[in-house]
Amino acid sequence: MTAHDDHDHHHGHDHGEASELSETELRVRALQTILVEKGYADPAALDAIVETYETKIGPHIGARIVARAWTDPVFRQALLTDASKAAAPFGHQGKIGDHLVAVENTPDRHNVVVCTLCSCYPWDVLGLPPVWYKSFAYRSRVVKEPRAVLGEFGLTLPDQAEVRVWDSTAEVRYLVLPVRPSGTEGWTEEQLAGLVTRDSMIGVGVPRAPAGDRA
Amino acid sequence: MNGIHDMGGMDGFGPVDPVEAGPVFHEKWEGAVMANSRVMGAIGAWNIDQGRYGIEMLPPHLYLTSYYRRWLERFERALVAYGYADADEIAAGHSLRPGKTPPRGKFTLANIDRIGHRGSFTRPETAPARFAVGDRVIARNMHPRTHTRLPRYVRGHVGVVERLHGCHVFPDTTAMGRGENPQWLYTVRFDGRDLWGVDADPTLKVSVEAFEPYLDPA
Repeated sequence: MTAHDDHDHHHGHDHGEASELSETELRVRALQTILVEKGYADPAALDAIVETYETKIGPHIGARIVARAWTDPVFRQALLTDASKAAAPFGHQGKIGDHLVAVENTPDRHNVVVCTLCSCYPWDVLGLPPVWYKSFAYRSRVVKEPRAVLGEFGLTLPDQAEVRVWDSTAEVRYLVLPVRPSGTEGWTEEQLAGLVTRDSMIGVGVPRAPAGDRA
Repeated sequence: MNGIHDMGGMDGFGPVDPVEAGPVFHEKWEGAVMANSRVMGAIGAWNIDQGRYGIEMLPPHLYLTSYYRRWLERFERALVAYGYADADEIAAGHSLRPGKTPPRGKFTLANIDRIGHRGSFTRPETAPARFAVGDRVIARNMHPRTHTRLPRYVRGHVGVVERLHGCHVFPDTTAMGRGENPQWLYTVRFDGRDLWGVDADPTLKVSVEAFEPYLDPA
Protein backbone atom coordinates (compact mmCIF):
# COMPACT_ATOMS: atom_id res chain seq x y z
CA MET A 1 0.00 0.00 0.00
CA THR A 2 2.84 2.31 0.79
CA ALA A 3 5.62 3.57 -1.36
CA HIS A 4 8.79 3.74 0.63
CA ASP A 5 10.58 6.41 -1.27
CA ASP A 6 9.77 9.70 0.38
CA HIS A 7 10.60 9.09 4.01
CA ASP A 8 13.39 11.54 4.17
CA HIS A 9 11.78 14.26 2.17
CA HIS A 10 9.22 15.60 4.60
CA HIS A 11 11.72 17.63 6.56
CA GLY A 12 12.75 19.51 3.46
CA HIS A 13 11.96 23.18 3.52
CA ASP A 14 11.86 23.91 -0.14
CA HIS A 15 8.50 25.57 -0.56
CA GLY A 16 9.17 26.68 -4.10
CA GLU A 17 7.00 23.92 -5.57
CA ALA A 18 4.07 24.53 -3.26
CA SER A 19 1.47 23.69 -5.88
CA GLU A 20 2.71 20.14 -6.16
CA LEU A 21 1.50 18.02 -3.28
CA SER A 22 3.71 15.23 -2.05
CA GLU A 23 2.50 11.67 -1.87
CA THR A 24 2.19 12.06 1.88
CA GLU A 25 0.11 15.21 1.57
CA LEU A 26 -2.18 13.48 -0.91
CA ARG A 27 -2.68 10.56 1.43
CA VAL A 28 -3.55 12.86 4.31
CA ARG A 29 -5.92 14.85 2.16
CA ALA A 30 -7.64 11.60 1.10
CA LEU A 31 -8.16 10.55 4.70
CA GLN A 32 -9.62 13.87 5.73
CA THR A 33 -11.93 13.84 2.70
CA ILE A 34 -13.19 10.39 3.66
CA LEU A 35 -13.78 11.42 7.28
CA VAL A 36 -15.76 14.46 6.25
CA GLU A 37 -17.74 12.69 3.50
CA LYS A 38 -18.66 9.86 5.82
CA GLY A 39 -19.87 12.31 8.42
CA TYR A 40 -17.34 11.47 11.12
CA ALA A 41 -15.98 14.98 11.46
CA ASP A 42 -16.89 18.58 10.67
CA PRO A 43 -13.93 20.19 8.82
CA ALA A 44 -14.17 23.31 10.96
CA ALA A 45 -13.66 21.16 14.05
CA LEU A 46 -10.52 19.63 12.52
CA ASP A 47 -9.10 23.09 11.90
CA ALA A 48 -9.99 24.09 15.45
CA ILE A 49 -8.05 21.15 16.88
CA VAL A 50 -4.92 22.20 15.02
CA GLU A 51 -5.38 25.79 16.15
CA THR A 52 -5.82 24.71 19.77
CA TYR A 53 -2.42 23.04 19.80
CA GLU A 54 -0.73 25.77 17.80
CA THR A 55 -1.94 28.66 19.88
CA LYS A 56 -3.68 27.70 23.13
CA ILE A 57 -2.02 24.70 24.76
CA GLY A 58 1.72 24.88 25.28
CA PRO A 59 4.54 25.18 27.81
CA HIS A 60 3.31 28.60 28.94
CA ILE A 61 0.72 26.68 30.99
CA GLY A 62 3.36 24.62 32.77
CA ALA A 63 5.53 27.70 33.32
CA ARG A 64 2.72 29.46 35.18
CA ILE A 65 2.16 26.38 37.35
CA VAL A 66 5.85 26.23 38.26
CA ALA A 67 6.01 29.94 39.03
CA ARG A 68 3.01 29.64 41.33
CA ALA A 69 4.62 26.70 43.12
CA TRP A 70 7.78 28.77 43.66
CA THR A 71 5.87 31.63 45.25
CA ASP A 72 3.06 29.87 47.13
CA PRO A 73 4.05 27.05 49.54
CA VAL A 74 0.44 25.95 50.00
CA PHE A 75 0.00 25.62 46.24
CA ARG A 76 3.34 23.79 45.95
CA GLN A 77 2.20 21.21 48.47
CA ALA A 78 -1.16 20.81 46.77
CA LEU A 79 0.61 20.38 43.43
CA LEU A 80 2.87 17.65 44.80
CA THR A 81 -0.17 15.94 46.36
CA ASP A 82 -2.54 16.04 43.37
CA ALA A 83 -1.21 17.93 40.39
CA SER A 84 -4.26 17.46 38.15
CA LYS A 85 -6.47 19.05 40.77
CA ALA A 86 -4.12 21.80 41.93
CA ALA A 87 -3.09 22.88 38.44
CA ALA A 88 -6.59 22.85 36.94
CA PRO A 89 -7.11 26.65 37.11
CA PHE A 90 -4.07 27.09 34.86
CA GLY A 91 -5.25 24.61 32.24
CA HIS A 92 -6.94 25.26 28.92
CA GLN A 93 -10.56 26.06 29.77
CA GLY A 94 -9.75 25.69 33.46
CA LYS A 95 -9.03 22.00 33.37
CA ILE A 96 -6.10 19.59 33.50
CA GLY A 97 -6.61 15.94 32.54
CA ASP A 98 -6.28 13.13 35.02
CA HIS A 99 -3.19 11.53 36.51
CA LEU A 100 -0.74 14.43 36.32
CA VAL A 101 2.06 14.01 38.86
CA ALA A 102 4.51 16.78 39.74
CA VAL A 103 8.02 15.66 40.73
CA GLU A 104 10.27 18.15 42.48
CA ASN A 105 13.94 18.68 41.76
CA THR A 106 16.22 19.36 44.71
CA PRO A 107 19.97 19.92 44.91
CA ASP A 108 20.27 16.17 45.65
CA ARG A 109 17.84 14.78 43.14
CA HIS A 110 17.16 15.55 39.49
CA ASN A 111 14.08 14.22 37.69
CA VAL A 112 13.87 13.42 33.99
CA VAL A 113 10.78 12.30 32.06
CA VAL A 114 10.63 9.95 29.07
CA CYS A 115 8.33 7.50 27.34
CA THR A 116 10.43 4.64 25.99
CA LEU A 117 7.46 2.79 24.45
CA CYS A 118 5.91 5.64 22.46
CA SER A 119 5.97 9.35 23.23
CA CYS A 120 3.61 9.91 26.18
CA TYR A 121 3.94 13.51 27.28
CA PRO A 122 1.93 15.88 29.49
CA TRP A 123 0.10 17.57 26.60
CA ASP A 124 -2.26 19.40 28.96
CA VAL A 125 0.53 21.43 30.52
CA LEU A 126 3.30 21.44 27.90
CA GLY A 127 1.49 21.13 24.56
CA LEU A 128 2.77 18.74 21.92
CA PRO A 129 6.18 17.17 22.48
CA PRO A 130 9.30 18.52 20.77
CA VAL A 131 10.91 16.43 18.06
CA TRP A 132 13.82 15.34 20.26
CA TYR A 133 11.42 13.95 22.91
CA LYS A 134 9.99 11.62 20.26
CA SER A 135 13.42 10.73 18.87
CA PHE A 136 14.78 7.19 19.04
CA ALA A 137 18.03 8.47 20.54
CA TYR A 138 16.28 10.08 23.53
CA ARG A 139 13.83 7.24 24.10
CA SER A 140 16.50 4.54 23.95
CA ARG A 141 19.26 6.19 25.92
CA VAL A 142 17.89 8.37 28.70
CA VAL A 143 16.89 5.40 30.87
CA LYS A 144 20.39 3.95 30.58
CA GLU A 145 22.86 6.84 30.38
CA PRO A 146 20.93 9.94 31.42
CA ARG A 147 24.01 12.00 32.28
CA ALA A 148 25.40 11.55 28.79
CA VAL A 149 22.05 12.56 27.29
CA LEU A 150 21.72 15.58 29.60
CA GLY A 151 25.23 16.56 28.55
CA GLU A 152 24.02 16.76 24.97
CA PHE A 153 21.52 19.35 26.22
CA GLY A 154 24.37 21.22 27.93
CA LEU A 155 23.30 20.17 31.41
CA THR A 156 25.85 18.81 33.88
CA LEU A 157 24.65 17.58 37.27
CA PRO A 158 26.65 17.26 40.48
CA ASP A 159 28.34 13.83 40.63
CA GLN A 160 26.50 12.81 43.79
CA ALA A 161 23.01 13.91 42.76
CA GLU A 162 20.51 11.12 42.21
CA VAL A 163 19.20 11.00 38.66
CA ARG A 164 15.63 9.80 38.67
CA VAL A 165 14.16 8.85 35.32
CA TRP A 166 10.38 8.46 35.05
CA ASP A 167 9.36 6.21 32.17
CA SER A 168 5.72 7.07 31.37
CA THR A 169 4.51 3.56 30.60
CA ALA A 170 0.84 4.07 31.60
CA GLU A 171 -1.60 6.99 31.72
CA VAL A 172 0.24 8.86 34.47
CA ARG A 173 1.94 12.02 33.19
CA TYR A 174 4.86 13.85 34.79
CA LEU A 175 5.71 17.51 35.20
CA VAL A 176 9.13 18.34 36.64
CA LEU A 177 9.14 21.14 39.19
CA PRO A 178 12.60 22.66 38.74
CA VAL A 179 14.65 24.42 41.40
CA ARG A 180 13.93 28.15 41.57
CA PRO A 181 16.91 30.13 40.31
CA SER A 182 18.79 32.10 42.91
CA GLY A 183 18.73 35.85 42.61
CA THR A 184 14.98 35.94 42.05
CA GLU A 185 13.88 36.98 45.53
CA GLY A 186 10.90 39.28 45.35
CA TRP A 187 10.12 38.45 41.72
CA THR A 188 6.51 38.29 40.68
CA GLU A 189 4.93 35.11 39.39
CA GLU A 190 4.86 36.57 35.91
CA GLN A 191 8.56 37.41 35.99
CA LEU A 192 9.40 33.95 37.29
CA ALA A 193 7.27 32.22 34.65
CA GLY A 194 9.47 33.91 32.05
CA LEU A 195 12.46 31.93 33.36
CA VAL A 196 10.76 28.53 33.16
CA THR A 197 11.69 26.70 29.97
CA ARG A 198 9.88 23.74 28.50
CA ASP A 199 13.05 21.67 28.78
CA SER A 200 13.31 22.42 32.50
CA MET A 201 9.83 20.94 33.01
CA ILE A 202 10.87 17.71 31.25
CA GLY A 203 14.13 17.58 33.18
CA VAL A 204 16.66 18.04 30.39
CA GLY A 205 17.37 21.65 31.33
CA VAL A 206 17.17 24.12 34.17
CA PRO A 207 15.35 27.47 34.25
CA ARG A 208 17.02 30.51 32.77
CA ALA A 209 19.23 32.50 35.11
CA PRO A 210 17.98 35.97 35.96
CA ALA A 211 19.56 38.68 33.87
CA GLY A 212 20.71 40.36 37.07
CA ASP A 213 19.09 43.75 36.68
CA ARG A 214 15.54 42.58 36.18
CA ALA A 215 14.53 42.06 39.79
CA MET B 1 4.92 -7.64 21.62
CA ASN B 2 8.69 -7.42 21.47
CA GLY B 3 8.58 -4.78 18.77
CA ILE B 4 10.80 -2.02 17.50
CA HIS B 5 8.79 0.45 19.62
CA ASP B 6 10.23 -0.95 22.87
CA MET B 7 13.38 1.13 22.72
CA GLY B 8 14.58 1.54 26.30
CA GLY B 9 18.24 0.59 26.51
CA MET B 10 18.88 0.13 22.80
CA ASP B 11 22.13 1.38 21.33
CA GLY B 12 22.87 2.77 17.92
CA PHE B 13 20.55 5.75 17.50
CA GLY B 14 23.31 8.29 18.00
CA PRO B 15 23.25 11.52 20.00
CA VAL B 16 20.12 13.51 20.80
CA ASP B 17 19.70 16.66 18.74
CA PRO B 18 18.24 19.05 21.30
CA VAL B 19 17.71 21.90 18.86
CA GLU B 20 14.05 22.62 18.44
CA ALA B 21 13.34 25.25 15.85
CA GLY B 22 10.21 26.15 14.02
CA PRO B 23 6.49 25.83 14.51
CA VAL B 24 4.44 23.22 16.37
CA PHE B 25 3.86 21.38 13.10
CA HIS B 26 6.76 21.38 10.67
CA GLU B 27 4.45 20.51 7.80
CA LYS B 28 0.76 21.24 7.44
CA TRP B 29 -0.05 17.56 6.89
CA GLU B 30 1.34 16.72 10.32
CA GLY B 31 -1.28 18.88 11.99
CA ALA B 32 -3.97 17.32 9.81
CA VAL B 33 -2.91 13.79 10.75
CA MET B 34 -2.91 14.73 14.42
CA ALA B 35 -6.36 16.35 14.26
CA ASN B 36 -7.96 13.56 12.23
CA SER B 37 -6.48 10.94 14.55
CA ARG B 38 -7.71 12.72 17.65
CA VAL B 39 -11.19 12.92 16.15
CA MET B 40 -11.34 9.18 15.60
CA GLY B 41 -10.46 8.69 19.25
CA ALA B 42 -13.03 11.26 20.34
CA ILE B 43 -15.87 9.64 18.40
CA GLY B 44 -14.98 6.25 19.86
CA ALA B 45 -13.73 4.59 16.68
CA TRP B 46 -10.78 3.07 18.53
CA ASN B 47 -9.33 3.55 21.98
CA ILE B 48 -5.90 4.88 22.92
CA ASP B 49 -4.44 1.41 23.48
CA GLN B 50 -5.72 0.14 20.16
CA GLY B 51 -4.13 3.22 18.63
CA ARG B 52 -0.77 2.52 20.23
CA TYR B 53 -0.95 -1.14 19.28
CA GLY B 54 -1.65 -0.08 15.71
CA ILE B 55 1.63 1.81 15.63
CA GLU B 56 3.55 -1.03 17.25
CA MET B 57 2.32 -3.44 14.59
CA LEU B 58 3.75 -1.37 11.75
CA PRO B 59 6.68 -3.03 10.00
CA PRO B 60 9.91 -1.71 11.55
CA HIS B 61 10.98 0.11 8.39
CA LEU B 62 7.78 2.17 8.60
CA TYR B 63 8.03 2.62 12.36
CA LEU B 64 11.49 4.10 11.88
CA THR B 65 10.33 6.90 9.55
CA SER B 66 8.97 9.79 11.59
CA TYR B 67 6.43 10.40 14.35
CA TYR B 68 3.58 11.72 12.26
CA ARG B 69 4.37 9.34 9.42
CA ARG B 70 3.72 6.54 11.91
CA TRP B 71 0.41 8.16 12.78
CA LEU B 72 -0.52 8.29 9.10
CA GLU B 73 0.36 4.64 8.47
CA ARG B 74 -1.59 3.60 11.58
CA PHE B 75 -4.54 5.78 10.58
CA GLU B 76 -5.01 4.15 7.17
CA ARG B 77 -4.79 0.67 8.64
CA ALA B 78 -7.09 1.41 11.59
CA LEU B 79 -9.81 2.93 9.39
CA VAL B 80 -10.05 -0.39 7.57
CA ALA B 81 -9.48 -2.63 10.60
CA TYR B 82 -12.27 -1.00 12.62
CA GLY B 83 -14.67 -0.72 9.68
CA TYR B 84 -14.68 3.06 9.21
CA ALA B 85 -13.52 2.97 5.58
CA ASP B 86 -12.50 0.41 3.01
CA ALA B 87 -9.18 0.06 1.25
CA ASP B 88 -10.69 0.98 -2.13
CA GLU B 89 -11.95 4.26 -0.64
CA ILE B 90 -8.51 5.10 0.72
CA ALA B 91 -7.03 4.36 -2.69
CA ALA B 92 -9.71 6.46 -4.41
CA GLY B 93 -9.28 9.34 -2.01
CA HIS B 94 -12.96 9.70 -1.23
CA SER B 95 -15.93 7.89 0.20
CA LEU B 96 -17.63 5.27 -1.99
CA ARG B 97 -20.33 4.15 0.44
CA PRO B 98 -22.06 5.29 3.61
CA GLY B 99 -20.00 5.35 6.80
CA LYS B 100 -20.40 3.55 10.07
CA THR B 101 -22.17 5.25 12.97
CA PRO B 102 -19.48 6.09 15.53
CA PRO B 103 -20.21 5.21 19.18
CA ARG B 104 -20.09 8.87 20.23
CA GLY B 105 -21.44 10.42 17.05
CA LYS B 106 -20.03 12.95 14.62
CA PHE B 107 -17.31 15.29 15.87
CA THR B 108 -18.32 18.94 15.49
CA LEU B 109 -17.13 22.27 16.84
CA ALA B 110 -19.46 21.74 19.80
CA ASN B 111 -17.27 18.80 20.85
CA ILE B 112 -14.00 20.68 20.73
CA ASP B 113 -13.73 20.62 24.52
CA ARG B 114 -13.14 16.89 24.34
CA ILE B 115 -9.80 17.57 22.66
CA GLY B 116 -7.11 19.16 24.73
CA HIS B 117 -7.80 17.31 27.95
CA ARG B 118 -6.77 13.83 28.83
CA GLY B 119 -9.48 11.36 29.63
CA SER B 120 -9.71 9.49 32.90
CA PHE B 121 -8.42 5.95 33.03
CA THR B 122 -9.10 5.36 36.73
CA ARG B 123 -11.77 2.81 37.54
CA PRO B 124 -13.38 1.60 40.79
CA GLU B 125 -11.26 -0.85 42.73
CA THR B 126 -12.19 -4.42 41.96
CA ALA B 127 -10.02 -6.07 44.63
CA PRO B 128 -7.57 -5.02 47.35
CA ALA B 129 -4.11 -4.06 46.13
CA ARG B 130 -1.70 -6.97 46.21
CA PHE B 131 1.32 -4.77 46.93
CA ALA B 132 2.07 -1.87 49.28
CA VAL B 133 4.57 0.99 49.17
CA GLY B 134 8.03 -0.38 49.96
CA ASP B 135 7.33 -3.92 48.78
CA ARG B 136 10.01 -5.58 46.67
CA VAL B 137 8.55 -6.88 43.44
CA ILE B 138 9.89 -8.60 40.36
CA ALA B 139 8.77 -7.55 36.91
CA ARG B 140 7.61 -10.71 35.23
CA ASN B 141 9.68 -12.29 32.52
CA MET B 142 6.79 -12.22 30.07
CA HIS B 143 6.79 -11.90 26.30
CA PRO B 144 3.23 -11.56 25.04
CA ARG B 145 2.91 -11.35 21.28
CA THR B 146 0.19 -8.73 21.72
CA HIS B 147 0.16 -5.26 23.30
CA THR B 148 1.73 -4.72 26.70
CA ARG B 149 3.15 -1.73 28.56
CA LEU B 150 5.87 -3.57 30.45
CA PRO B 151 9.11 -2.59 28.71
CA ARG B 152 11.66 -5.32 28.05
CA TYR B 153 14.43 -3.58 29.96
CA VAL B 154 12.76 -4.12 33.35
CA ARG B 155 11.51 -7.68 32.82
CA GLY B 156 13.04 -10.13 35.25
CA HIS B 157 14.40 -7.34 37.46
CA VAL B 158 13.57 -6.53 41.08
CA GLY B 159 12.25 -3.12 42.01
CA VAL B 160 10.48 -1.37 44.86
CA VAL B 161 6.87 -0.19 44.90
CA GLU B 162 6.94 3.57 45.35
CA ARG B 163 3.39 4.69 44.73
CA LEU B 164 -0.10 3.28 44.17
CA HIS B 165 -2.30 4.94 41.55
CA GLY B 166 -5.56 3.06 42.09
CA CYS B 167 -7.11 0.80 39.49
CA HIS B 168 -6.68 1.79 35.85
CA VAL B 169 -7.89 0.50 32.50
CA PHE B 170 -5.59 -2.40 31.53
CA PRO B 171 -3.98 -1.74 28.12
CA ASP B 172 -3.17 -5.40 27.51
CA THR B 173 -6.88 -6.21 27.21
CA THR B 174 -8.35 -2.96 25.88
CA ALA B 175 -5.89 -2.99 23.00
CA MET B 176 -7.39 -6.31 21.94
CA GLY B 177 -10.97 -5.12 22.29
CA ARG B 178 -11.47 -7.41 25.26
CA GLY B 179 -12.69 -4.84 27.76
CA GLU B 180 -11.19 -2.50 30.33
CA ASN B 181 -10.36 -5.19 32.90
CA PRO B 182 -9.15 -2.58 35.47
CA GLN B 183 -5.98 -3.44 37.39
CA TRP B 184 -3.99 -1.82 40.16
CA LEU B 185 -1.28 0.46 38.87
CA TYR B 186 2.01 1.04 40.69
CA THR B 187 5.11 3.15 40.28
CA VAL B 188 7.97 0.66 40.59
CA ARG B 189 11.51 2.01 41.02
CA PHE B 190 14.61 0.13 39.88
CA ASP B 191 18.27 0.72 40.66
CA GLY B 192 20.27 1.57 37.55
CA ARG B 193 22.89 -1.08 38.29
CA ASP B 194 20.24 -3.79 38.57
CA LEU B 195 19.03 -2.89 35.09
CA TRP B 196 22.28 -2.12 33.31
CA GLY B 197 25.02 -3.91 35.23
CA VAL B 198 27.71 -3.04 37.74
CA ASP B 199 29.30 -0.42 35.52
CA ALA B 200 26.10 1.61 35.27
CA ASP B 201 25.69 5.06 36.80
CA PRO B 202 25.40 4.43 40.57
CA THR B 203 23.19 7.51 40.99
CA LEU B 204 20.56 6.29 38.52
CA LYS B 205 17.06 5.24 39.53
CA VAL B 206 14.47 4.42 36.88
CA SER B 207 10.78 3.93 37.45
CA VAL B 208 7.99 2.58 35.30
CA GLU B 209 4.25 2.40 35.85
CA ALA B 210 3.45 -1.28 36.21
CA PHE B 211 0.05 -2.92 36.28
CA GLU B 212 -0.45 -5.60 38.92
CA PRO B 213 -0.43 -8.52 36.43
CA TYR B 214 3.11 -7.46 35.46
CA LEU B 215 4.43 -8.06 38.99
CA ASP B 216 5.23 -10.87 41.41
CA PRO B 217 6.53 -10.63 44.99
CA ALA B 218 10.33 -10.65 45.03
